[in-house]
Amino acid sequence: MSKFPLWKYLLILGAVVISFLYTIPNFYGEVPAIQISSLRSSVIISDDTINAITQNLQKSGLNPTGEVFDGKTLKFKFTNTDIQLKARDLIQQTLGDNYVVALNLISATPDWMSNINASPMFLGLDLRGGVHFLLEVDMDAAVKKTMNKYVGDIRRDLRNNQIRYGSVAVDNDSSILIQLRDVVTVNQSIQQLSKDFPKLSTSIEGTNIRVTISQDEMQVIKEAAVKQNILTLHNRVNELGVAEPIIQQQGPDRIVVELPGVQDTARAKDILGRTATLEVRMVDDDATALSQAQSGNVPSNDQLLDEVNNDGSSSKILVKNDVELTGDNINDAQAGFDENGSPSVNISLDSTGAAIFKQVTGDNIGKRMAMVLVDHGKSQVVTAPVIRSQIGGGQVQISGAMSVQDANDVSLLLRSGSLAAPMNIIEERTVGPSLGEENITKGFHSVLWGFIAISIFMCIYYRVFGVISVISLGVNLLLLVAILSMLQATLTLPGIAAIALALGMAIDSNVLINERIREELRNGQKPHTAIESGYEHAWATILDSNITTLIAGLALLAFGSGPVKGFAVVHCLGILTSMFSAVLVSRGITGLLYANRRIKKLPI
Amino acid sequence: MEFFKIKKDIPFMSYGRLTTSISLITFILAIFFLVTRGLHLSVEFTGGTLMEVQYSQAANVDEIRDDLSKIGLDQATVQTYGSSKNVMLRLPNKPGINTSTLSNQVFQELKQTAPDLQLKSVEYIGPQVGKDLINNGLMAILFVCIGIMLYLAIRFEWRFAVSAIIANMHDVVIILGFFAAFQWEFSLTVLAAILAVLGYSVNESVVVFDRIRENFRTIRGGTVPQVINNAITATMSRTIITHGCTEMMVLSMFFFGGPSLHYFALALTIGIVFGIYSSVLVASPLVMWLGVSRENLVKVKKRKEEAVV
Repeated sequence: MSKFPLWKYLLILGAVVISFLYTIPNFYGEVPAIQISSLRSSVIISDDTINAITQNLQKSGLNPTGEVFDGKTLKFKFTNTDIQLKARDLIQQTLGDNYVVALNLISATPDWMSNINASPMFLGLDLRGGVHFLLEVDMDAAVKKTMNKYVGDIRRDLRNNQIRYGSVAVDNDSSILIQLRDVVTVNQSIQQLSKDFPKLSTSIEGTNIRVTISQDEMQVIKEAAVKQNILTLHNRVNELGVAEPIIQQQGPDRIVVELPGVQDTARAKDILGRTATLEVRMVDDDATALSQAQSGNVPSNDQLLDEVNNDGSSSKILVKNDVELTGDNINDAQAGFDENGSPSVNISLDSTGAAIFKQVTGDNIGKRMAMVLVDHGKSQVVTAPVIRSQIGGGQVQISGAMSVQDANDVSLLLRSGSLAAPMNIIEERTVGPSLGEENITKGFHSVLWGFIAISIFMCIYYRVFGVISVISLGVNLLLLVAILSMLQATLTLPGIAAIALALGMAIDSNVLINERIREELRNGQKPHTAIESGYEHAWATILDSNITTLIAGLALLAFGSGPVKGFAVVHCLGILTSMFSAVLVSRGITGLLYANRRIKKLPI
Repeated sequence: MEFFKIKKDIPFMSYGRLTTSISLITFILAIFFLVTRGLHLSVEFTGGTLMEVQYSQAANVDEIRDDLSKIGLDQATVQTYGSSKNVMLRLPNKPGINTSTLSNQVFQELKQTAPDLQLKSVEYIGPQVGKDLINNGLMAILFVCIGIMLYLAIRFEWRFAVSAIIANMHDVVIILGFFAAFQWEFSLTVLAAILAVLGYSVNESVVVFDRIRENFRTIRGGTVPQVINNAITATMSRTIITHGCTEMMVLSMFFFGGPSLHYFALALTIGIVFGIYSSVLVASPLVMWLGVSRENLVKVKKRKEEAVV
């Protein structure tokens, strides 16, 4: 039997030591913590902020047991949840509205370990509890919304340049039709539009102009819609105060949102999916038009909407279709109270919005302006005041029949930005925290008892070589957990099942080797040669059989989604670690035991 | 300790007709159940809402049904699982009902009769998702088959690739047949188990094939059935021990893993049992019938050299 080279021993030793180091954090458990992050990029968490919080906490006797700051989020650890809750309220008071203060659980790993990035595996929702949503963006609506925005922009552009037009309206899925009076205005408009909207292509149809949006531009609109929705979701989730949310794009039009630890799913769903936006539109005060509309004959330029009165009842109001200003031009929105003490939403517009608002109010003095809130897919007039004078500065207050909760929600939604398009929840998974803990215990027990059963059997059946197999199987488990922790992979229940299965399958390599050694002995080989040729012959078979298993694993990885993906990752990694441990580790131990000894009979 | 001390090779190949008929009968039965009963697909595939709630006392299933039909959900299935306190509700997707808020509505309704009701989990899958999952599942199976066949064709020979894949697809169909016959719930994790088993039992065939190839090199003058019989007999001990160990792990999942891993472990168990059977008694006769010979595997290099000269 040839000597097992020293470098291989060092390799095994190195791998085991490192794995050990990275596996330990999983056993430290978690401590309650509070996670603080800034809501706006302009607000940063400075040393002063940290000192202020620490002093305040100490003053109230709520001593944190540790703090972690990574430049963006600040975390304080506490001994129990009671102190954690009190500290949250205190920190929220100290910091005000510009920060997200969320309850969280973080690993109790000592700081020196965290510094070398040794942290526990990330637990999936089925193990820690929380909500998972898969949202699908309504692309048709996104395109429609952009078309309407273009209609508004074109209209304003023509008006600003004193070009008189008949109408500007969406004609079909990808074009807008502008009706003009004569050839002169057509030429004027074409020139003006190609200057101001270089991305749109125009064509002349008699005295009309057709503005078309190219396929490429459509694609850009769709991609932008998904991006904008993700951004908005981020803002909204931050407002909800969720620690470690996941918001990712999946495929061309889907978004995954995972909120660990959230229990009130109804509110979470409501806030995420709402497409609240504000539209400023002019009121059609023509009394005959209103009565006609109420009898079912709505003028083509108008829309009949509900106006909610202060006493909660609603009356009909006729509003022009043209949208003067939308929620996209909002900088900030805060809930407050108006001079009569009823709840209001105070909006500050950005510079474009302020300019438009000034122009619209200046042009329409004496007329009524409707603040239309589009929420839950329904348009509703919140208030429709008469414009007394031109309003500059971009500060708008809307108040009407709203409860304090309404005002809070609406301002949250307006502040976090509007969704580029409505989204539908097409998949939801909610797991309660008790079920999560149950799943961890069950998964752990499956692995444990399976491992014990295999160990007992192997030790009896193959004696010393069985013990060697069990040790290498143990190293396999260690390596697998360590790699998963290093990669910060998300562990799910199917993932734990994959760990169990990986161990159950990994024993195959050891059995192959042991059987081969026995066979060589039976054929009359000397013990040392039997070990040697046993390992050698088994290797080709181990490689072949693991590769076929790996092919199946990769297919799962490529085509699986959700729980299957978690399974596949562990499955593939398990195959790789099992090859390492079965071949190198068990060979190494055999070498240690028998290389320098004369043996008459092998204990196998 | 040693279970298998077999002195003489077992003439497996002469049982060929018997084993093939057994395979054929189980296969036809599996197809029969798949066609007549179909798979009991989980919510993940069909779309719909699955809720798990926990009562503080034993739940009254009939009362829950009444409560549900009050809010127009008379198609819901209500059943207890684990203990009489745990109830599982299955609500099909229905046009006109806002499914994304359905779970909240149901929970509020049930809470009226039992205020201390706990919501353990909700799973809602829209109709769009299910179709994607089925497509992806089929794609995965196709990918595995092609991948494995390519690998075996390169590493061994096309006859081995074809027999291995036929033997293993036969396992897959039989597992599906069991799920159809007993109407066990077929979920995504079961699909994962099937794919894992596919890779795993091909590995079983590979071990036998490896031995056949080796035997063609070492046993001079043996007939093809003799060579194959010897290969199977030599690897049999390893086959049983390995699968026994894997099965111990799977049983551990079956008994300790709770309801989520129940069918996963069941699919693996069937897969393992039929995997042994098919890779030994289906794949090997197939290889023989496809006409494998020494020349296919042990390449004669002399002719090549002559060609160069």
